[in-house]
Amino acid sequence: MRTLFFLLRKEFLQILRNKLMIRMIIALPVVQLIILPNAANYEMKNINMSIVDHDHSEYSRQLINKFTSSGYFQLTDVSETYKDALVVVEEDKADLIVEIPQGFERDLIRDNKSKIMIVANAINGQASGLSVSYANSIIQDFNSEVRVEWIKPPRVNPQPIIEITTRNWFNPKMNYKYFMVPGVLVLLVTLVGFLLTAINIVKEKEDGTIEQLNVSPIKKYQFILGKLIPFWIIGNIVLSIGFGISYIVYGIVPVGNPLLIYLFAAIYLIALLGFGLLVSTFAETQQQAMFISYFFMTVFILLSGLFAPIENMPGWARILAYMNPVSYFIDVMRMIVLKGSGFTDILPNLGIISLFAIGFNTLAIFNYKKTV
Amino acid sequence: MKQLLTFIKKEFYHILRDRRSMLVLLGLPIVQLLIFGFAITTETRNCNIAILDNSKDEATQNIISRIESSTYFDIERTLSSNDQIENAFKTGRIKLAIVFQSNFQNDLLHTNKTQMQIITDASDPNQANTLANYVSAIVKDYQQELNQNKELPYTINTEIRMLYNPQLKGEYSSVPGVMGMILLLISAMMTSISIVKEKEIGTMEVLLVSPMKPSIVIISKVIPYFIVSLINVITILLISNFVFGIPIQGSFILLSLITVIYIICSLALGILISTVTSSQQAAMIISLMGLMLPVVMLSGYAFPIANMPLILQIISNVIPAKWYIIMVKDVMIKGIGLFEIWQELLIIIGMTSFFLVLSIKRFKVRLQ
Repeated sequence: MRTLFFLLRKEFLQILRNKLMIRMIIALPVVQLIILPNAANYEMKNINMSIVDHDHSEYSRQLINKFTSSGYFQLTDVSETYKDALVVVEEDKADLIVEIPQGFERDLIRDNKSKIMIVANAINGQASGLSVSYANSIIQDFNSEVRVEWIKPPRVNPQPIIEITTRNWFNPKMNYKYFMVPGVLVLLVTLVGFLLTAINIVKEKEDGTIEQLNVSPIKKYQFILGKLIPFWIIGNIVLSIGFGISYIVYGIVPVGNPLLIYLFAAIYLIALLGFGLLVSTFAETQQQAMFISYFFMTVFILLSGLFAPIENMPGWARILAYMNPVSYFIDVMRMIVLKGSGFTDILPNLGIISLFAIGFNTLAIFNYKKTV
Repeated sequence: MKQLLTFIKKEFYHILRDRRSMLVLLGLPIVQLLIFGFAITTETRNCNIAILDNSKDEATQNIISRIESSTYFDIERTLSSNDQIENAFKTGRIKLAIVFQSNFQNDLLHTNKTQMQIITDASDPNQANTLANYVSAIVKDYQQELNQNKELPYTINTEIRMLYNPQLKGEYSSVPGVMGMILLLISAMMTSISIVKEKEIGTMEVLLVSPMKPSIVIISKVIPYFIVSLINVITILLISNFVFGIPIQGSFILLSLITVIYIICSLALGILISTVTSSQQAAMIISLMGLMLPVVMLSGYAFPIANMPLILQIISNVIPAKWYIIMVKDVMIKGIGLFEIWQELLIIIGMTSFFLVLSIKRFKVRLQ
């Protein structure tokens, strides 16, 4: 116990001595948590559009008005021909072209039918899909207004109608930030904890100080604990600061019990730091440790479920995602913060993360040889 | 010149000796691209849902079997009362619940109007919207069949055309994105670390008292990483062509030119980082933590910049990856020429010079 105490004191002194590091460990997550969730927004606004109106009729004008007043679209260009509009898209000044053919109004009234062309810049497939569906629904809206103008609706519904009401639980305002902030916080805690541990032991190797530790009567587990505990504390500090920011900046208050999050975080950090240590025991230089961590961090982040739901992934990727400790924490974080899930609800995740914790740390202790 | 060559050779030995790092440096772009190409899809598949059928009649059975047979949904459980809904969500396994009111078919046949409710897990608003739309579409289909597909009068039809990427493949935006991210991160990280390492071990002093000019020392450190980055670009382009089927529409030479300039920009950023830090740990925290998430999230790669709040749109301008990604999309996918992209190119060149000038100013020939 006394040995451990001295080891811990040494680690803390080393960390606190490096003022630049401390500042970065605290400042980077804070700044990023304030900025980044605002960037994550799939809701499309201000889509730049170009209009090619060959009709110049009352209806075409009404339709264009509907587009510009919808809030989704911003008229950045009016072209005479489709070709001109294409050039505008090429120059990135518009992402959507709506072409209204000549005789649009006449055809609609006389022939009961008319056609409008929507052309989208589809390099970003998802965004273009959304903007086309917005455009479509605006046209549909306009269409039903036209119908109401010309057809008197009968009193009794002639056709069967199924009314669908949609209720959005847990985030009724559909605020995307509620979804992103807990996830980004998990990533930041993960980055800090993992990177620090991964290069720590290697630094001792590189500096040669590990030999001194090796010849001392310190036991393996004491050494590992001495390395783990300081970073475990830092991880929890970053998490707590993150909660402060989510409350102050985003007004997010966990619906569930915050202590449950800390309980999960405690075990999660043990697992994560264990993995960091494992990387550390494998690597020979800090550079190497860093590249290996970079590799795992990228894969962990991409398969964490933050940017794309895990259930949409193909089988092999889902298996990888289930082997990714980060995905469990993001899951639990969202469950507790947004849905107010209780202890029994997160029990499966808790069990799995505990297995990770035991597994990684056992491997790390096993793999750390006291010989160089 | 001969000195420079010997130096570059030394750096190459350093890099090549470390097999594990090499593996990561050359393998990561491949892994990342494959994950992005195949795993990160926004297509919805096999989403777990729950159904509460208070009516249990022919109409509800019909709708349920339509939902079941779609690829979007897996019915994970059938509920028997309203109280169970919340619990089904809280255990986290279902994303959507459908509630049919009692006498569903009865009302539909006799009053021509009936109701159902969709409850979504809106903690992910994006997914919630998509799923609710899918259910509505399935129900609308059913309704239309009941109406025997009568065509409505005064109909505006729309014809939709998707430019550049008619199949709406995600790879069209992820290939340029991965290029922008990998090149910046690897180059900045590698250079900053390897320069700081010399400082930390103390060999920098030896180099500085040698008759070599500091600029030569730095250049020779940077060139090997420049070559590694080029290899990465080639791998990425090969994968995008042969695995994803995205050929280069524009000029290959132009694409190479902008890529080389972008790599130089990233290396310059790495040099700048190395001048402000004194330990490998610090250099790593800055280049990994400081660059990774901002580049992913603000470069327009994961989220469209036009949707961001104004202040973030302004901040996104300082991220070199943003400009590079725009150029790669223009040249590689749209196939347009230098004339349309010279502004972006100028911005990258400007950033590069800024990083270099600042590094030279901060570079200390004397160590404390």
